[in-house]
Amino acid sequence: MGQFVTEIKSGGGIAVDDTIQVKGYETKAGSRILEGFRPLFSAEAVERLERAGYDIAGKSAVGEFGLDLLGEFAYGAETCDTLRGAAAELVAAGTVKGALCVDLNGTPRRAAALSGVDFLKPTYGTVSRYGVIPCACSGEQIGVAAKTAGGVRELLRVVAGHDPKDGTSLPAETYDYHDGKAAPGMRVGIVKELYGAASDEQKARVTACAERLRGMGVAVDEIALPLADAARTAWNLCLCAETCNNVSRYDGVKFGYRSPDYRNIDELYVNSRTEGLNFLTKFVILYGSDVLSKGRYFTCYDKALKVRRLVAEQVKALFKDYDALLCPACSETEYRPYDIKDAFMTVFAESLFTAVPNLTGIPAMVSGGVQFMADALRDSDLLNLAEALEGGNAS
Amino acid sequence: MSERWETVIGLEVHVELSTKSKIFCACSTTFGGSPNTHCCPVCMGLPGTLPVLNQKVLEYAVRAGLALNCTIDRETRFDRKNYFYPDLPKAYQISQLYRPIARGGYVDITADGVSKRIRIHEMHMEEDAGKLIHSDYGHETYPDYNRAGVPLLEIVSEPDFRSGAEVLAYLEKIRSLFTYLGISDCKMQEGSMRADVNLSVRRAGDAAFGTRTETKNINSLRAIEHAIESERSRQIHVLSNGGTVVQETRHWNDDTKTSTAMRSKENAPDYRYFPEPDLPVIHIDEAFLQSARDSLPEFAEARQARFVSEYALPDNDAARLTVRRETAELFEALVSHGAKPRDAANWLIVHVPHVLKTLSADAESMNVDAAELAELIRRTESGTVSRPDALQVLEALLSAAEPFRVADYIKNHGMSIDNDEGALEDVIQRVIAANPKAVSEYHSGKTKAIGFLIGQAMKELKGKSTPATVHERMEAALQ
Repeated sequence: MGQFVTEIKSGGGIAVDDTIQVKGYETKAGSRILEGFRPLFSAEAVERLERAGYDIAGKSAVGEFGLDLLGEFAYGAETCDTLRGAAAELVAAGTVKGALCVDLNGTPRRAAALSGVDFLKPTYGTVSRYGVIPCACSGEQIGVAAKTAGGVRELLRVVAGHDPKDGTSLPAETYDYHDGKAAPGMRVGIVKELYGAASDEQKARVTACAERLRGMGVAVDEIALPLADAARTAWNLCLCAETCNNVSRYDGVKFGYRSPDYRNIDELYVNSRTEGLNFLTKFVILYGSDVLSKGRYFTCYDKALKVRRLVAEQVKALFKDYDALLCPACSETEYRPYDIKDAFMTVFAESLFTAVPNLTGIPAMVSGGVQFMADALRDSDLLNLAEALEGGNAS
Repeated sequence: MSERWETVIGLEVHVELSTKSKIFCACSTTFGGSPNTHCCPVCMGLPGTLPVLNQKVLEYAVRAGLALNCTIDRETRFDRKNYFYPDLPKAYQISQLYRPIARGGYVDITADGVSKRIRIHEMHMEEDAGKLIHSDYGHETYPDYNRAGVPLLEIVSEPDFRSGAEVLAYLEKIRSLFTYLGISDCKMQEGSMRADVNLSVRRAGDAAFGTRTETKNINSLRAIEHAIESERSRQIHVLSNGGTVVQETRHWNDDTKTSTAMRSKENAPDYRYFPEPDLPVIHIDEAFLQSARDSLPEFAEARQARFVSEYALPDNDAARLTVRRETAELFEALVSHGAKPRDAANWLIVHVPHVLKTLSADAESMNVDAAELAELIRRTESGTVSRPDALQVLEALLSAAEPFRVADYIKNHGMSIDNDEGALEDVIQRVIAANPKAVSEYHSGKTKAIGFLIGQAMKELKGKSTPATVHERMEAALQ
C-alpha cells in the first residue's frame, strides 16, 4: 500500500490528493519542481473537513500536476512497482474513509472506475478551489471519492458551499444533496459516441447497468452527443493553455526545487525547470504556449471557447429530455502501461470519456464502474442514481 | 533649408487608484513601508491562491470612464497577460485586453491658448507589478512586492497630440479629473501616475504616420517634456540623414536625458493573453451605472464658472483656484470661515505658493487647517497683523508638525498691532510737524509727497500698524 501514498499519517480519516494544499504537509502536486514546498495555508475544502471533525489521514499521490491518466508519472514513481489511482486505491482498500481529489482531466473518475469505488466531480463552482495547485482553472474541480454514494454525499455536504476567497464560487452557502429526484421514473440516455469508442468489456458494463436501471423503472435509451469529440479537443486546448500559464511561476527562486547546477539567473531558471518538470508537462507547456500565441489565438484558443459554448448548448438541450447521461469513464476495464513519450496522445485519446464535464462544468459521477453526467447543480440526481444501483445502502 | 516636421504622439497613462486595499486581496496599498510588508499569499502569487475583485476598483474605474466620456462596457472581464520577470510573482499580470471596461472617450484640453479634443481609445483595469531594487554594490536584485497588486487604470489615447505642451495639458487634465473624483492622487514622483510615450514624426503635409517608437520609464512631467523633445530630435535626425526609424521600445534615462533602445518589434514579447478563468465576467447593470453618474463631482471647469459668478472672482483667478480639487475646496473653506473671497483667492494664488517654494514643499502634500488660515487672512487684511509678520505665521502654519492656534502664535510672538488710536495719532502729528516741506508740497497738489510722510510714520511705528491704516489717517490729518 505504501507505494500509493505520499504521506499517510493515520488510517480511517480522509486522504487528500497532493494537488490540494494541507498546511504542514509537503505539497508537490506530483512534481519535483515543488519539492519541499510546504504551503502557508490549507485548502478551504480541507479546512471545512477539519472544522467538521474529520481527520486528514494524509496526502495521496498524483501524477505530475494531475496531468496523466492515473498518477503513473508522479515524481519518484519510477521507483515504485505500482502507483496508480492512489486515492481510489486507498478508499477501495478501506485505509481511508474517503478522499478529496482534483478532477482536471478525468483522473479520479478513471481511477474510481478501475478500483470500483464512487467518485463525484460536482458542478463547477460548488466546492471552493482555494488551495488547489492550479492547472486548468476554468474546469478543474475538487471532488469526493468514497466507497458508496452515501459516503460521497456525506463528505460533499461538508466541503461544498460558497467561499468568498474563490471568485468563481457559486452563491449558495450550503448544498443539501438530499433533494434529488427518485431514480424510478428518471430518463437516462446512453451517449452513443462514448459508448461506441469503448472496449467490449466497457460496453458490457454499460449495457448491464442499463438493464438494471430499466429493472427499477428508469427509462434508458441511446442519445447522440455529436460534439463529444470536439469537446475533447477544446478541453485539451484549454487545459494546456491554462496549465502552461499556471506553471510558469515555478522558477526555482522562491520555493520548490532549485537545480544545484547554475552560474547565473537564466541557468537557474532553465536548469530548475528542465530537471523539475517531466516530459508530459513540458509537452503540455509547449502545446499550451503555441495555442495562445499571436498567430494562433483566434484559430485555436478562441475557437475552443466557442466550441465550449456550443457543447454547453448541446448538453443543455439533452437535459431537457433526460435526467442523466450514461457512458463509460474510460476506454478499457484494465490499466495498460504506456511510455511517457506517448503520454500526451494517450491522455488526449482517453479524455474523450471525461472532457465534457470539465469543459462545461456539469457534474459527473462514477459508480459501479460506469459514469453518469447530469445538468449543472443536479448533483443530487447522480447520487440518487448511484445509491439506487448500490441497493440504497448508506455508507 | 530646414524641413518642417510634425510630431505625432499617443500616450499610455497608468494611474494608481487610491483604494485602501489591493485589487485582488485585502493587503494595504499604502506607499512606502518596509519591503514585502504589504503582502499576502495572493499578491505573492503563491500556488493555491485565487484573486477576488475589490468592488471599489470597479466603482472607481466606472467613474473614471464616465469622466473621460467613454462608453462603459456592460459586460467586461479580465485577461491574463503572460510575461516572466521577477517583479511579477505569478508570471502573468491580470489585465484587460479583449473586453476593457471603457472605450471611445475624449477629453478637451487647452495648450498654448488653443483648445483641442484628445480622443481616448480605451481604458482598462489591471494590477501593478512589484518593484525591483538593484544592489549598489553587487549584482543582486531584491524584489519588493508591496506594490504588486495595487490597482491601476491604463488610459490609451489616440495619436492626437502634436506637441509636448498638449501632452502636459492632457496629463494635467487627467490629474484634475481623477483628483476631483478622489480616485487617485496622480503623483508622478511616487509613481502613482506614469506615462509611456508613443511618438513618430512626419514631414509637414504628409498624410501617413511615420514609424513610431515607444518610450518607457518616464517619471515626472519635466522628464516627459525632455523625453518628447529628445525622441523627436533623434527621429528627425535619423530621417534627415536618409535613415529609417526602427519600430522599437526605448528606455528613458532621466540622468543622462537620453533614451536607449530596449527591444525591437521583432523581439517584442508575445503576451499570449487569454481570459482570466479565476474571475467571472462582470455584468454592470443600469442602477450601478446610474449611481456612478450621480456620484460624479463638479469638475474644474464647472467650478471655475461658479467661482466667477458666485464669488465675483476674475476668470483667471477662478481657473487657478480650480486646477486642483484640494485648492478649490480650501478656497471655499476659507470663505466659509470668514475670509473675503478676493483675499482668500489672493492668498492661495500668491502667498501660499510663495511660502511653499521657500519651504521647498509641494502643494500636493500641503495640509493646513482652513479655520486657522482664514483667521490669519482676516487679521492681516484688517490690519491687525503686518504683512511681513503674516508671512512668517504662514510659514510656521505650513511647516508645523503640530497644529497651533494662529491667535496664540501672534500673541506669543508680539506680532499683534494694538491699533492704539492715541499713539498712532501722536506719531502722525509729530511727522506732520517735523516735515513742513513735504506737507506744503502735498497741499500744493503734489499728492505723491504723502508717500514720504507715511514712510516716516511707519519707521516710528516700527511695524505696529499697516501702511493702509497709516495712509488713511495721514490723509485725514492733512485735510
